Amino acid sequence: MINRETGTFKRSFGEDLALYRVPLPRIVMTLIVLWVFVGFPLVGSEYWLGMANLLGIACLGALGLNILIGYTGQISVGHAAFMSVGAYSAAVLMREFDMPWVFAMIGGGCSAAIVGMFFGIPSLRIKGLYLAVATLAAQLIIEWIINHWGWLSGGAQGSIYVKAPVLWYGFADGQILTMKLEENIHFYFLIYIVLALGILFALNLFRSHLGRAFIAVRDRDIAAEIIGVNIFKVKLIAFGIASFYAGVTGVLYTYYYSIANFEMFSLGISIQFLAMVIIGGLGSILGSIFGGVFITMLPIVLDFMLRGVGGSIFGWDDATVSSFLPQWQLMLFGGLIMFFLVVEPDGLSKLWRNFTDYFKVWPFPYL
Amino acid sequence: MLNGLLVGSLYAIIALGFVLIYKASDVINFAQGEFVMFAGYVIAFFLLSMELPLWGAAILAVVVMVVVGYAVEWLVLQHLIGRPVVAVIMATIGLASFLQGLAQFLFGIETRNVPLPISDDPIFIGDVLLNRVELIAAVLAGLGFAAIGWFFVKSRSGIALRAIADDQQVSQAMGIDVRKYFALAWAIAGIVALLGGIFWGNATGVDVQLALIGLKVFPVVILGGLDSIVGAIIAGLVVGLVESMAAGFIDPIVGGGTKDLTPYVLMILVLMIRPYGLFGKEIIERV
Repeated sequence: MINRETGTFKRSFGEDLALYRVPLPRIVMTLIVLWVFVGFPLVGSEYWLGMANLLGIACLGALGLNILIGYTGQISVGHAAFMSVGAYSAAVLMREFDMPWVFAMIGGGCSAAIVGMFFGIPSLRIKGLYLAVATLAAQLIIEWIINHWGWLSGGAQGSIYVKAPVLWYGFADGQILTMKLEENIHFYFLIYIVLALGILFALNLFRSHLGRAFIAVRDRDIAAEIIGVNIFKVKLIAFGIASFYAGVTGVLYTYYYSIANFEMFSLGISIQFLAMVIIGGLGSILGSIFGGVFITMLPIVLDFMLRGVGGSIFGWDDATVSSFLPQWQLMLFGGLIMFFLVVEPDGLSKLWRNFTDYFKVWPFPYL
Repeated sequence: MLNGLLVGSLYAIIALGFVLIYKASDVINFAQGEFVMFAGYVIAFFLLSMELPLWGAAILAVVVMVVVGYAVEWLVLQHLIGRPVVAVIMATIGLASFLQGLAQFLFGIETRNVPLPISDDPIFIGDVLLNRVELIAAVLAGLGFAAIGWFFVKSRSGIALRAIADDQQVSQAMGIDVRKYFALAWAIAGIVALLGGIFWGNATGVDVQLALIGLKVFPVVILGGLDSIVGAIIAGLVVGLVESMAAGFIDPIVGGGTKDLTPYVLMILVLMIRPYGLFGKEIIERV
């Protein structure tokens, strides 16, 4: 059968290592990858490409946070602050040292990881709500530092402009061929290649020794310690990895908007990423993607619905809609978080799993 | 110095509502600031738009806040009993966002002021200048703490709340309706938030910024210990004091703005050294 695991035996080491063992998911994944990297760039309009870019960046950030919260059980309310660390490090590296953008991106990720690990130190002694409060402090302190240390963050506005990344794509006539990445389609490939790498890394991480240790710490940390997991090390690494993702996310935002600005990384954004992880599904990589897409699309869809439906039924004009749109967004956002927590704590990924599980046995559910 | 203490007593009021909820139901309320903000909007609405006298507005606002407190408990939080801490924290964060949207939707986005029948003239004690409103707020806060202290020690409901805080299962077995008392705790927290809303609204005006005060609550409760009312008072005063000292002594050296930062630095230090705070109960964990 193409979608059932029954009867699928692992007869070689390679088969055991495969990410997808049954044919159907493999086919679906191939189609998705083809669509993302070939189909969509061909047919997508400028507007949709821009939207897809934002979705991709959000998914990467949500993925990082999910590794920390969903898999390691360490809550963090400071995700956006770690993004800002990455964004500003990359911007400073490019401005002061004229570093190539690839290295600046990795540098941004690494510095975010270091800062994240520093603020992860209290996690040795505290957990749950205390950790939430500690990371909240991290968010506020980092925001404050960026706001007040002008020499670091480029003056009173707290923003640094960065040049468009330059790609070396070939070599001809003794010269390096370069092109500037400044259109949506360029960023689209950059973002989705990074996202694909991020997803691959995460998928494989949780099949490794370290990833299993993460899950053990989440499920019961004291028991994990007794069976020989070095909790402190594991928690710090989790903070490091999550912050690295956050840092790279921040760098991508910086390249995309060609500016590093602290307002893009406020506490509200941290909470948005938390919401993505919760609504998408804790401890699920697919869930991070769902959550990232859902939360990013929510205000856009609401805007569209209110203008379209409200306009035709209640006769609201644009000004009326704009006057209460932000409030409705806040209410819907908060309401959805609470709704999902009460009704479906495992989020959208659980709904998706229910759906696929149903079709695994369809049309003979009693067999 | 003294002004720092007075501001600190205002922090203590907000922290009190937070501690009440944590003590009774083990819920960390990230929406405490939004509660205060919402209460401020409500009282401003009754005072300004309905033009009620202060006592009438206060009574109506108490009713509204009790209803809000009950609603939160019944609609959301009672479904989350026994779920991981992350879920409860996220629910209150969602609640915070919801309340912000709701308050602005109902009452408009412009800043309101809460006028109080207290004159603005400062009082001089020796050569120290005191703000009259803050002084009255501090006195009222003291009265409030006394009332709540009495409630917890002497009244039947207060004793039930303490029993629940001690052990939910046993108190249920002893015939205490845990849900009812959770709701009661939220209602009281709503009233306390109203007190905070009145005075903060008078001091700074009511708008979305007021909710940010809620973040200041965390240094206070962490320092004082999450489940200690005495701790909330003392830590509130300490944080107010530290803020004004930072503004007085550190600002001239590094050039401003440290007032907003020091409470959080203090909090990180406390978390690293003594996570359960000055007066909180130590939790010993077993597998």
